Amino acid sequence: MDLILVNLIDGLVTGLLLFMLSAGLTLIFSMMGVLNFAHASFYMLGAYFGYQISQYMGFWMALLFAPIIVGIFGAGVERYGLRRVHQHGHVAELIFTFGLALLIEEAVQFFWGKSQVPFMVPEALDFALFSISGNAIPAYKVFMIFIAIGIFAGLLYVLTKTRIGMIIQAALSFPRTVEALGHNVPLIFMCVFGVGTALAAVAGVIAGPVLGTFPGMAFVLGSIVFVTIVIGGLGSLWGALFASLLIGWMTTFAASYNVGLADILTAIGISKPADMANSPWRDFWQITLSQIGPILPYLLMVLTLIFRPHGLFRKGGL
Amino acid sequence: MTGTTHSFSRPFGISLRTVMPWLVATIVLLLLPFVFSANSTITVMNQMAITIIFALAYNMLLGQGGMLSFGHAVFMGIGGVFAVHVMSYVEVSGAPLPLPLLPIFGGLAGLILACIIGSFSTRQAGTVFAMISLGVGELIAACSLIFVAFFGGETGVSADRTYGLPVFGVEFLRQSEVYYLIAGWLLLSVLLMYLYTRTPMGRMANAVRDNPERAEFLGYSARWVRFYSFIFSGFFAGIAGGLFALNYEIMTTENMSLVQSGKILLITFLGGMGFFVGPIIGAIVFTLLTTVLSRYTELGALYIGTIFVLTVMYCPRGLAGLLMMHEPAYRLGKLRLLITPYLKLVIPVTVAVLGSAAVFEMLFHVRHAPPGDHKMGLYGITFDSHSPVAWGVVIIVTLAAIAVTRALVPQINDAWHDANTVEGGAK
Repeated sequence: MDLILVNLIDGLVTGLLLFMLSAGLTLIFSMMGVLNFAHASFYMLGAYFGYQISQYMGFWMALLFAPIIVGIFGAGVERYGLRRVHQHGHVAELIFTFGLALLIEEAVQFFWGKSQVPFMVPEALDFALFSISGNAIPAYKVFMIFIAIGIFAGLLYVLTKTRIGMIIQAALSFPRTVEALGHNVPLIFMCVFGVGTALAAVAGVIAGPVLGTFPGMAFVLGSIVFVTIVIGGLGSLWGALFASLLIGWMTTFAASYNVGLADILTAIGISKPADMANSPWRDFWQITLSQIGPILPYLLMVLTLIFRPHGLFRKGGL
Repeated sequence: MTGTTHSFSRPFGISLRTVMPWLVATIVLLLLPFVFSANSTITVMNQMAITIIFALAYNMLLGQGGMLSFGHAVFMGIGGVFAVHVMSYVEVSGAPLPLPLLPIFGGLAGLILACIIGSFSTRQAGTVFAMISLGVGELIAACSLIFVAFFGGETGVSADRTYGLPVFGVEFLRQSEVYYLIAGWLLLSVLLMYLYTRTPMGRMANAVRDNPERAEFLGYSARWVRFYSFIFSGFFAGIAGGLFALNYEIMTTENMSLVQSGKILLITFLGGMGFFVGPIIGAIVFTLLTTVLSRYTELGALYIGTIFVLTVMYCPRGLAGLLMMHEPAYRLGKLRLLITPYLKLVIPVTVAVLGSAAVFEMLFHVRHAPPGDHKMGLYGITFDSHSPVAWGVVIIVTLAAIAVTRALVPQINDAWHDANTVEGGAK
């Protein structure tokens, strides 16, 4: 029971972290109709900028300034890169963001080197807040949860209750009409892109100290974020939240329970081959849940796309 | 697209003009090992040939079928692993299988896998297809670490190609013998893939890419057309995998990772996905570029990434597209008008590119060299990477070269306009 509680908290942290990335990505998708492959790269840039700023001004200033810098950079990418490529069609856009992801990874290696940089949890939060039967829960995790929930609440409030949010929502569905009403739609798109990348950068700054700040961090998370928004249904904020939490908990629980396929095979009455070393089926007897945990999200995505191509939370096709 | 449509109006048939490129290619392939006889160059050529087959197979999907795949390396990987298993099976059992036929098994493995995956992934094109390919790619790459019996785990599977019976006295011990085997397969596969684009099936793939709805109204099932493109692409990717296994005698998890899939996308796009020759150009340029860059710099990947992004932004039809832009001028017989302006560009552009690269190299040296080590060598010159003089010189020279290049642009535009205007036409 206690272990379940600890896992629930860990999964919540992972899930909310994923959500901070997928929220921006899903907004950008509903706006431009293109999946931004470089989204996780902005998350990585956030972590690295955060590290660099925290060297001089401390963690809190990093948390404030790194997202702003990344947001401005993201807006620039939209204005001078994506908008240019847009005329060549969706495939070109997708390929552009893919190239950008490669380039950002190389640029990060260029400036900060190939190895992990020592980005540390701030001292003010570096203590165990409480413990559940011997498992200490660091204050930083709780801090992450609150930041993520705060962002979700803020995003939901701005999008649904304010005038700006109304205009954005309208611009997503009927850009031409909104333009005819006198709003600068390209500017709105640029700002949404900037805010989306800034959100990814916030995730980067707070995740960098825990998950490690290294050039591969975008690659590790990049495809999982995709999986999240595809499962949730492209363009749906609630879907992104649901899928993020689902994946967070799924991977956390899979990692901590060591159920093997061998147990299941024995249970359904298949006997273990006598000569294990030479049997071609030997690998099936050694698969454990923790081994396949990291690929479960992909399996879920493929199944979702086959049976419900528009995702769990969206009506109509992609 | 443009590369093949205009010749479509010609009646089919074998004429000297249609056979000529293939004859030239055959002769060039036959003579290459005599010109470049060093073992290391032959290795590069082998790699190039395998990449060409893989890139053409990939372009069957991307360029001709309009399907963007993020997991195509899986087919090459499975083909290769299966070929390795066949190779070791023959070695143990002594079955009479001549080595040159081995890639067929790779191709069949790719074909079967493509039949399975294609049965659900080709139902839709666009984003759904791209995402399924990404998911399946990740799944199989992950499985390759779990199923050790088939994939060999982290060390991969390996075999010896010099097994069993020699074919006409050739034992494939030397690099050049392997080269001719690969070159033969290269010619055969490229020819088959080219002929495929000329079949009604290949044409329908283009139609479905451009307007699936209309193709459906003509009575073709867009889904089945995509499926056939997909399995043929898988077959040739498998052939490339079989050749890879034959050449390197080892297949590892890395060969089917997302990184490989990304690389082939990059190569195809760089060469130009709208043209049949595009991927061939892309594979040749990319292999040369990586070989040369890896010899002289640590920043190769950064430069290639930059080139890729610039290509997508400024020249989305790739290198082949750049070449084909000159076709109208060539037909007008006015290509020579462009030679002088182009020659004028060569020096400033080269200096600008090398200068920008120098800035990166120096910055890299300043940031990552061991403390106290200020000496760096670049383009045969040794200097102090921290000295303001060196920085000043490099930056001024680079900026000057960029300025000269920009100043030459109007001339190029004028010449371009002249070269593309019919004699006596409006200026």
